[in-house]
Amino acid sequence: MSIQAFPRGATAFVAGATFGMGEAPGFDSMDLAVHASLKALDKAGLTPADVDGLFVALPSDMMSQLTMAQYFGIQPSVMSNNRTGGSSFQTYAHMAALALAAGECDVALIAYGSNQRTASGKLISSTKPSIYQAPYKPMLPISAYALAASRHMHQYGTTREQLAEVAVAARKWANLNPDAFMHGALTIEDCLKARMISDPFTKNDCCLVTDGAAAVVMTRADRAKDHASRPAYLLGAGSATTHMEIASMPDLTVTAAVESGRRAYAHAGVGPKDIDVVEIYDAFTINTILFLEDLGFCPKGEGGRFVEGGAIAPGGKLAVNTNGGGLSCVHPGMYGLFTIVEAMEQVMGIAGDRQAKDVNLALSHGNGGTLSSQATLILGSEATL
Amino acid sequence: MIQRSRSSGNHVFYPRVAEPRTGSRDLEWVEASGDGVVYAVTVVHKRPPEKDYNVVLVDLAEGPRMMSRVDGIAPDAVKIGMPVKAGIVTEDGRSFVVFTPVTGALA
Repeated sequence: MSIQAFPRGATAFVAGATFGMGEAPGFDSMDLAVHASLKALDKAGLTPADVDGLFVALPSDMMSQLTMAQYFGIQPSVMSNNRTGGSSFQTYAHMAALALAAGECDVALIAYGSNQRTASGKLISSTKPSIYQAPYKPMLPISAYALAASRHMHQYGTTREQLAEVAVAARKWANLNPDAFMHGALTIEDCLKARMISDPFTKNDCCLVTDGAAAVVMTRADRAKDHASRPAYLLGAGSATTHMEIASMPDLTVTAAVESGRRAYAHAGVGPKDIDVVEIYDAFTINTILFLEDLGFCPKGEGGRFVEGGAIAPGGKLAVNTNGGGLSCVHPGMYGLFTIVEAMEQVMGIAGDRQAKDVNLALSHGNGGTLSSQATLILGSEATL
Repeated sequence: MIQRSRSSGNHVFYPRVAEPRTGSRDLEWVEASGDGVVYAVTVVHKRPPEKDYNVVLVDLAEGPRMMSRVDGIAPDAVKIGMPVKAGIVTEDGRSFVVFTPVTGALA
């Protein structure tokens, strides 16, 4: 398949929603995903019966697309429950775009929900370390990302202060988002003094453990305006992988986002300089630095210096993770779909106090496993078609 | 011991039934040098009385990289680039490879 085969701008996100952000006692994960889905469908003027493309991953239900179809009483013609961790949802949007454009389905629903905080209080992981890692008791996933951070610091002189800049910027955005779980002041000093968990990460370098659900609805572009006044068109998508376990990652300072980003930009016909707002999966502070480099916003090794001085905070030179990210907004296990919702809302111009200025192009990036799977979407306003 | 492909001469870790990419099923077991260099390191911090410990990735002289631990040194004294030598320990009824710093290489 040639790179031009992607149906650029032929499909659009017409609605998105979140539900149960933070703590949502009394709901199981599917209830949360259904609530988010119904909110999104309501906004689009649709019902579950209209959905014929269903893409869903729940943390502990390995056939969650079947469970959700049953819950809604629908028989979709296209379904997927592909598991690439937190990047699953970007891969769903990619597949949904192909299926919609080919006429295999007309209304695609992508959904996620997790009650991990109220159910267990811990980050839910559906994978276990292999016998080649288990004896060394890495605190997963934190230690895997910490190893990558250690290598980046060694090779490029990245500092703990620079990592802290990422956490502080996320909190400043979260303070503009009423739905964010964490609000309040956070300084670089606070981050440096916080409890060390797995060097160089303190608890402020690590994502939240929350409940939460999200959903988005996609249709073909020709009917998108029937469901949204300002649809967010999908211009490009790409996914790539380098490994499953961190010991098999070829270079801990270079992620597969280089490749997923290259494909997504090529489909969209745009480059990093054109992007107005960036929503990337910040499970840990090093993620933001690695992905800003790998997605071309700064040269390799410069990510730490790039984020200094509030450069990615509100009022900085690049709007990054405007909802507050996995670090300060929400992180119910697989955060990827929340980056799509935020990118979509930014393109639609409905992001309230955190709305970035004149957004025509937004990038949404998902990460899965331990820097293992990377998937990138480029969303655009009608002006970019 | 470590696996090596007879046709390509490349070493493979972790053990598998075929060489990555080529799919060659001609892997044999050969003696490993035990030599390695620390590629990345983190120290997992525990609440007392549990002790902190390090988790490392070691680049083996044969080429592959593996997760391990460096013993015989304080966890926070393990540095990237440090030459290390493999040994085998048994903990909780399970035997596995750990590394110790190469003597004289600490300076």
